[in-house]
Amino acid sequence: MNFEKLTASIKGMVHSFGLPRVIIALFLLVLFILAPFVGVNVGTSLSDTLNRFGMNAVMVLAMVPMIHSGCGLNFGLPLGIIAGLLGATLSLQINIGGPFSFVLAVLLATPFAVILGWGYGQLLNKVKGGEMMIATYVGFSSVAFMCIMWLLLPYNNPTMVWGYSGSGLRTTISVEGYYLHVLNDLLSIRLSDHLVIPTGMILFFALLAFIIWAFLHTKTGTAMTAVGSNPVFARASGINVDRIRTLSVVMSTWLGAIGILVYQQSFGFIQLYMGPFYMALPAVSAILIGGASVNKASILNVVIGTFLFQGIVTMTPSVMNSMIHTDMSEVIRIVVSNGMILYALTRKTEAVR
Amino acid sequence: MKLQMTNTQKVLRFMANNTVPILFLVICAFGIPLSGYSANYLLSEIIIRIVRNSFLIVSLLIPILAGMGLNFGMTLGAMAGQIGLIFISDWGIVGIPGMLLAMIISTPISILLGWWCGKILNMAKGREMVTSYIIGFFMNGIYQLIVLYGMGAVIPIRSNALVLPRGYGIRNTVNLIGIRKSLDNLLTVRLFGIPIPLATLALIALLCLFVLWFKKTKLGQDMRAVGQDMEVARAAGIRVEHTRIISIIISTVFAGFGMIVYMQNIGTLNTYNSHMQIGMFSVAALLVGGATVAKANIRNVFLGVILFHLMFIVSPMAGKNLIGQAQLGEYFRVFVSYGVITISLVLYEVRKKRDENIAGLELAADQGVQA
Amino acid sequence: MNENDAPLLEMRHISKDFFGNQVLSDINFSLKKGEILGLVGENGAGKSTLMKILFGMDEIHQTGGFGGDVLMHGQKVEFASPIDALAKGIGMVHQEFSLLPDFTATENILLNREPLKYTWLSEVFGERMNKLDRAQMDDISKRAIGRLNVPLDADMLVSQMPVGHKQFTEIARELSKEASEATEGIKLLVLDEPTAVLSEQEADRLLSAMRKLSEAGIAIIFITHRLQEIIDVCDTIMVMRDGKIIKTVPAKGVVITDIARWMVGRDVNTAQRQAREFDYQKSPVILSMENLWVNMPGETVRNVNLAVHKGEILGIGGMAGQGKLGIPNGAMGLFPAGGKITFEGKQIDLNNPRNFLDAGMAFVSEDRRGVGLLLDETLEWNISFTAMQVQEKYLKKYLGGVIKWRDQDAIEEETGNYVKQLEIRCTSTKQKAKELSGGNQQKVCLAKAFAVAPKLLFVSEPTRGIDIGAKSLVLKALRKYNEESGTTIVMISSELEELRAICDRIAIISDGKVFGILPATTESAEFGLLMVGQASRLQQGGSV
Repeated sequence: MNFEKLTASIKGMVHSFGLPRVIIALFLLVLFILAPFVGVNVGTSLSDTLNRFGMNAVMVLAMVPMIHSGCGLNFGLPLGIIAGLLGATLSLQINIGGPFSFVLAVLLATPFAVILGWGYGQLLNKVKGGEMMIATYVGFSSVAFMCIMWLLLPYNNPTMVWGYSGSGLRTTISVEGYYLHVLNDLLSIRLSDHLVIPTGMILFFALLAFIIWAFLHTKTGTAMTAVGSNPVFARASGINVDRIRTLSVVMSTWLGAIGILVYQQSFGFIQLYMGPFYMALPAVSAILIGGASVNKASILNVVIGTFLFQGIVTMTPSVMNSMIHTDMSEVIRIVVSNGMILYALTRKTEAVR
Repeated sequence: MKLQMTNTQKVLRFMANNTVPILFLVICAFGIPLSGYSANYLLSEIIIRIVRNSFLIVSLLIPILAGMGLNFGMTLGAMAGQIGLIFISDWGIVGIPGMLLAMIISTPISILLGWWCGKILNMAKGREMVTSYIIGFFMNGIYQLIVLYGMGAVIPIRSNALVLPRGYGIRNTVNLIGIRKSLDNLLTVRLFGIPIPLATLALIALLCLFVLWFKKTKLGQDMRAVGQDMEVARAAGIRVEHTRIISIIISTVFAGFGMIVYMQNIGTLNTYNSHMQIGMFSVAALLVGGATVAKANIRNVFLGVILFHLMFIVSPMAGKNLIGQAQLGEYFRVFVSYGVITISLVLYEVRKKRDENIAGLELAADQGVQA
Repeated sequence: MNENDAPLLEMRHISKDFFGNQVLSDINFSLKKGEILGLVGENGAGKSTLMKILFGMDEIHQTGGFGGDVLMHGQKVEFASPIDALAKGIGMVHQEFSLLPDFTATENILLNREPLKYTWLSEVFGERMNKLDRAQMDDISKRAIGRLNVPLDADMLVSQMPVGHKQFTEIARELSKEASEATEGIKLLVLDEPTAVLSEQEADRLLSAMRKLSEAGIAIIFITHRLQEIIDVCDTIMVMRDGKIIKTVPAKGVVITDIARWMVGRDVNTAQRQAREFDYQKSPVILSMENLWVNMPGETVRNVNLAVHKGEILGIGGMAGQGKLGIPNGAMGLFPAGGKITFEGKQIDLNNPRNFLDAGMAFVSEDRRGVGLLLDETLEWNISFTAMQVQEKYLKKYLGGVIKWRDQDAIEEETGNYVKQLEIRCTSTKQKAKELSGGNQQKVCLAKAFAVAPKLLFVSEPTRGIDIGAKSLVLKALRKYNEESGTTIVMISSELEELRAICDRIAIISDGKVFGILPATTESAEFGLLMVGQASRLQQGGSV
């Protein structure tokens, strides 16, 4: 009888967690277990995973406000990333070296993020019901538009522009000498030769996550949750639904901007032109893997999802390569991330209208 | 009781309904003189583009009829067509027979993929476009699994020219010299010195005739019904889900054929990239021709091909002559392509809401309530 | 016509209950060929349920079937689905149109029954690849429209038709279902409120079309609230009330007042009423509505003028679709509205729920699940939400008011109080709203309104879908709240007896206007007259 109860409760847990997520989690676990047997250092792997976790977590966090307010999955994250890129390039142009350039980049990115986010939010309010498709193409169009801008804008810092013409930004710009690893190295803990914990970056994410968590406990945050859960209910309680939605879009865009800056300080490079083009998809699939749905997301989803997703991205190349001497990581990444999004899109929405 | 509109309102309404084609006309009006291309050159280029792309774009029409929106999942058909081409290249079958064989191979694959895609879209009603978009990406992963890892290893490929040095997986480019221009060259006439491939155009015309005829059949009528209101259609006894899946299957099969027509014109298969781009370009072209997410016809296809590709051709040169950088023109055309889709999607949603409001206003007017 | 002595349709001893709730008891009637039967009754009398049984709808089968027998031509019939009913020649035209806007009348009339022309492709790809036979389609649809004798253009798109023509298209569709090997031609047509959306002219057209059909031998069951039409066109009138047939009479010689009386007359059960005398002289007008119009689909309000006195319980009643639900929804701002609303002497701008709430009014909607609740959230969230957002209750303020933090303890405590006060059955205050029963969900909505301590409370259909036991509890709670806190209550309900139980006055809405206001102690029959648009000698007039 106990065995039956156990299987029943396991089935229940799997059902509520979602079969694909369980499969992904088990897959990652298997990879970690196999690692030492195929000569992959677990310490390095953990280190890499944590590093990638920190790099990407803020962009995944950017998904939360818009999901909460019922605007769906933010496929338009590139818009926020562009705000961040503008902040980064302007900061480098002003040319104050060292860690302060990071603070400067954040400060400069913010007004762009607010303005772009506000416009984006107004647009989404006019197209309720079709947000996700339009978000995708707004993202694409703005990246393409910025490609033109990166060519034309009058930057002239020699580390940023093409050598022979002297104008037009390069495709990748190094942040060495500016804010390379500012967060990573801050309070970092070296546990062994292979295992380094980038504490600073993770704490920074934790700070932002805390702010979002706290926001959702305030009066406006409560209103935002209601708007996503049942907009008619919210309206009947006197809430300006459009204003709350726009606020969520601004928050999401700003987090996207900060997110790319955190990513850059670890990665070491600013990627312009078509760089941000497909950056929404990993963030979207990460939060879905973490247990979120099209209209419900929590901070826990962000943490679990980013860890699982980045874990797979880190482990598959190294482990599979050592095992079958083939690098199928790209294919696996495509199948896992897009499959997860497909799964989420085909669920019935949880909020009953 | 219809709401009356003044003449100015009517003109504005016309412009609003045809924003995208008008915008494109303006862009071309500026871009063509800027580029400095001769009329002859442009004409011959446009003929090529029409020949190359029309078949693919026509395959988008039937899902729109059935209310499924823009079928970004046509990528799946393109993949099926490419797999067919890989096999005939390997088996060394050339010319028209090669093309036909590739089409025959692609058909069952397209049917299977289309059926699967349709089933998933039925699970995501109301979000068909985003879902078909993601399905395209997902299947790309499966396609890579088969073509980059399976072929040569599990699936026997004889020709060494096709396979990567490591022993399995197809190369990035496949030379299609065997079928290159085989359809195009079948029957060519020269008009003002420009070669016009009549056979291909005849094939395209045949497809258009099929689409026109299809709308007159019971199945076509059922699709139109499902596209307008699924619940009313269901109440009348139409098998809604089944009809929707069929529309996707037909679209996928035609996309497969269309990809083969496209490839025989270009002559080289870009194994891992062509199919991803083609979906976006076909959709953009159709929208440029004045189609919307809910309504599209043959006129939109051809107007769209001409306008969209004109813009595409002249942009780099126009950019170079205007600012001094051809790169600028290239980025410009990418921006315009995506921008066109964005605008069309936004207009569609806004218009949908406005129509719902008008229905409310008309009802109120009928009831004698002031609005 | 005398081959078959058995009537076309007979329903014997029909009964139906929904999980213990008896909705129909011992219904008996018969219908002859070509007879027009008028079916009248208040909302909830059982008319739609009876028709659903006749038509073999799934809803009936899935809730335990029904008792009694349905006979056609003396033979017992069983309909497993509407398709079976159709095959036997029964057609039904519903109130909500089932039409495709971009199709012509002909295409709609023949939807999924189009005659086809053979093509060779059907051999390979199946029957649906046959071409539509447009010529034959036109023939059939023109014939059906001809039977109706209305000026309906067969080639007009539905989206361009006036409302009346849409109705005609629906009827033509039923008529076009002609005899074939699979189905019998249409013999019985059920029309459910067909004239509700028609102008007078169009309604006349429809009535003459009905007469024509009856002459051709088609029997009609005509459900409507417009009693004059019943008298004009029907052969027999059947009045239902509370799931029973009150009277079946030939239409000849019947007057409207008779029907109204049969529809609502009940033994006035004074024991149920807690009588109280409300002193109108002493209490001022707290809310006045002038020329209110509301565009709420299905419940349009055209021109409502009302004055509500402080502390009273005003009831608003009327037939479904006449506009009573539009009044609170429009006043509150959930649907587009216009006109003038004055509360406590100040004018309130319409179309903004915030203004309404800030002024001190609150609204419990008839749409519990759609508007009234956050189904996925806890009871605590639901009850405290409006008060938190509008009055900043249950918030802890930090940094000089910049940060307004949710006070979880205060919310939990307050919710617990309401759970006790209203006897809400739940596992805890953290239970999700969607898990509660209908009655308890309604109490949560009430608690949410009580939490803002409104000066005036609109309550719409407070006991809809609640079992009998919980009904009186909700009504008692409202009455108690009014007496203890002096809150004015405006209660909208389709159940007249409910209104008479706790209200001081009752206004009846007909055709989007206030048709009359009477003290609640007045006999039900008088209200019945008002509801069907007949002036009562006793009424105090539209505006007080």
